[in-house]
Amino acid sequence: MSTMKGAGEVGGAQVQPAPADDGAPAMEAVALSKDFRLGRGNILRAVRDVGLSLYRGKVIALVGESGSGKSTVARLLAGQEQPTSGTIRLDGQPVDLSGHRAFRRHKSEVQLVFQDPFASLNPVHTVSYHLERPIRLHQAGKSKAEVAKEVEALLEQVRLTPAGQFSGKYPHELSGGQRQRVSFARALAAEPSVLLADEPVSMLDVSIRLEMLSLLDDLRKRFRLALLYITHDIASARYFADEVLVMYGGQIVERGPAEELTQRPAHPYTQLLVSSAPDPDNLGSTLRSGTGIKITSNGARPGEAGIPAAGCLFAPRCPLADDHCRAEYPQLLQVSPARSAACWRLDIAAGELTGPQEPQTHP
Amino acid sequence: MSAAGEPVLDIRDFSVVYRSPGGDVRAADSVNLALHPGEVVGLAGESGSGKSTLAYGACRLLRPPALITGGSIRYAGRRLSAPADILQMRPDELKRLRWREIAIVFQSAMNALNPVLNVRDQLVDVIHAHLPVSRDEAHEKAASLLDLVGIPRARLRSYPHELSGGMRQRVMIAMALATDPEVVIMDEPTTALDVVVQRDILAQIVELKETLGFAILFITHDLSLLLELADRIAVMYAGQLLEIGTAGEIHREPAHPYTKGLLHSFPSLRGPRRDLAGIPGSPPDLKSPPPGCPFLPRCDYGTDACTSVDMSLATVSGVSTSADPYHVTACPFVRPDTPAPAKAAKAAEAGTDARAAEELTS
Repeated sequence: MSTMKGAGEVGGAQVQPAPADDGAPAMEAVALSKDFRLGRGNILRAVRDVGLSLYRGKVIALVGESGSGKSTVARLLAGQEQPTSGTIRLDGQPVDLSGHRAFRRHKSEVQLVFQDPFASLNPVHTVSYHLERPIRLHQAGKSKAEVAKEVEALLEQVRLTPAGQFSGKYPHELSGGQRQRVSFARALAAEPSVLLADEPVSMLDVSIRLEMLSLLDDLRKRFRLALLYITHDIASARYFADEVLVMYGGQIVERGPAEELTQRPAHPYTQLLVSSAPDPDNLGSTLRSGTGIKITSNGARPGEAGIPAAGCLFAPRCPLADDHCRAEYPQLLQVSPARSAACWRLDIAAGELTGPQEPQTHP
Repeated sequence: MSAAGEPVLDIRDFSVVYRSPGGDVRAADSVNLALHPGEVVGLAGESGSGKSTLAYGACRLLRPPALITGGSIRYAGRRLSAPADILQMRPDELKRLRWREIAIVFQSAMNALNPVLNVRDQLVDVIHAHLPVSRDEAHEKAASLLDLVGIPRARLRSYPHELSGGMRQRVMIAMALATDPEVVIMDEPTTALDVVVQRDILAQIVELKETLGFAILFITHDLSLLLELADRIAVMYAGQLLEIGTAGEIHREPAHPYTKGLLHSFPSLRGPRRDLAGIPGSPPDLKSPPPGCPFLPRCDYGTDACTSVDMSLATVSGVSTSADPYHVTACPFVRPDTPAPAKAAKAAEAGTDARAAEELTS
């Protein structure tokens, strides 16, 4: 989908939106890595060599377990962490966060929505305060009346209507879903082109999640947002995203169109994820009979298996791992035109999918 | 699976209110639910629906301002000479009941485990408190409990912070099983865990249940998980049970509009993509619940008759394939085969949400 060549052609700062489906990515990460020093010389490689492209009007889902590095990717893209290596481009321009001004410019284009709407809203401020601040910061020169009007418009965009009823409320007076709507409105107040949503519905009740996802989808269409949807719920990624990236141990181990990837996962880890998800249509399942799951974690329990120093990161839990897997780190290889996976045993893991294997043109 | 025979735990007309200056909050309202030996009953509900209140209330673990206002909870374990009403028990009887007969696995293992005691000491603590065994026997029992949940014995000396989230939850399960209880209440035991670990632990719970024969009351907000795990499912909303049925019936022939809505609320990973509708709106304020059915403000099928409806559970009637008299619903108007009402009027009312939901799934 994305190639580095394409990005190079888009010089200049003209932010004229390109059509949704083709054109240059709104945001792009190339070979992005982040190491955290843990002391005593230990290093946690939280993000390894991640490449991704966000296009306006498109949803990319980043799926992984906790600790897989998916939130770190969001923080790197948002400019809250400095990458150890790699490049982030916004509208084709390398992102520069060296000064206060540059940082603010980045913020006005790239906004984050967090998982917990209780923690991300300030309990001592009203809804309108939360929205006025970003409007003043990012849309400078507005009069008081204009700001008030903008707050009202934002609340209507996220369907907190009548707006007048909500603007004076404090976070504790709102339900979880309403609070998350305020978070969405606050992110939109900066008029961003890129929205990074980090588990935006995980804290909400099941009956409300769908409504929130459709609101997010609606906002994405209306503002032509380039949306990164970070989740541990691969089923929601199937319904919500155009493309899915699966992360394990900081590495993207598989990527592909949402429907294709979830229905025919190629990487053994994706297969494990898919087979672990609750399956309501599978009554009398493997779970009920107590016989365990199809792909087992190979005896090693997650968390105990850890991330090996060499070779494939998933090898300690992978039923297909051989000596080659334990020795050499696999890069993303193309599986089919739109899909790639980082696995040495794809011939067995995804026999029917694999064509001729050749390294991809992008990381 | 069968709903016949003597239940081991029988909750009848059980009501709990939370006293507050603004009025009583009716957290559980005349709830009837039975748990049979060896059965997994899933209690599904959103946060604030009263599912935890019901489960903790059944063990009398609630503190003021919670107040049990009525009902009975009949426990009929093998070790008891005669069935007894938990609500009538004296403190010493309660002490013998809790853990020995009914154990609880809490959601947050990090908070429920003592951070300054190692795994062995915590297990031994529980064993000594409830079983008349020697020190050596208790130590041996602690080790065998870890075997049971698949944790290496070397971990006996580990402290909670040295364990992964999944292992902590396994220790919690081991502790709950230390006294061979007949009923285990599990309150969202896997919610904080990743799907892969969750699946591992659920498979283990099922295996242990089949070996040891205890009954499980499994509380969760995740109906999709219950459909796979539970024998029977009770759907709770705003302090009331709206529907009870086998997992198969709830899945194939949901009777209550809320259950129908829930089933269309989560994306499925397998099979063809389904139309997802969600449930617009939010649960009612339990301080001043609307008259009649609490789900009415969010219900597509609602009529004026719903404001004065009798919310007692009645057998789902008139469906050829549903012969089970134990499939009950609180809605007398909607049956499993009732066609969904025309969306148009509701969609216009609900604003753009319904349209957006349709777009999302199209």
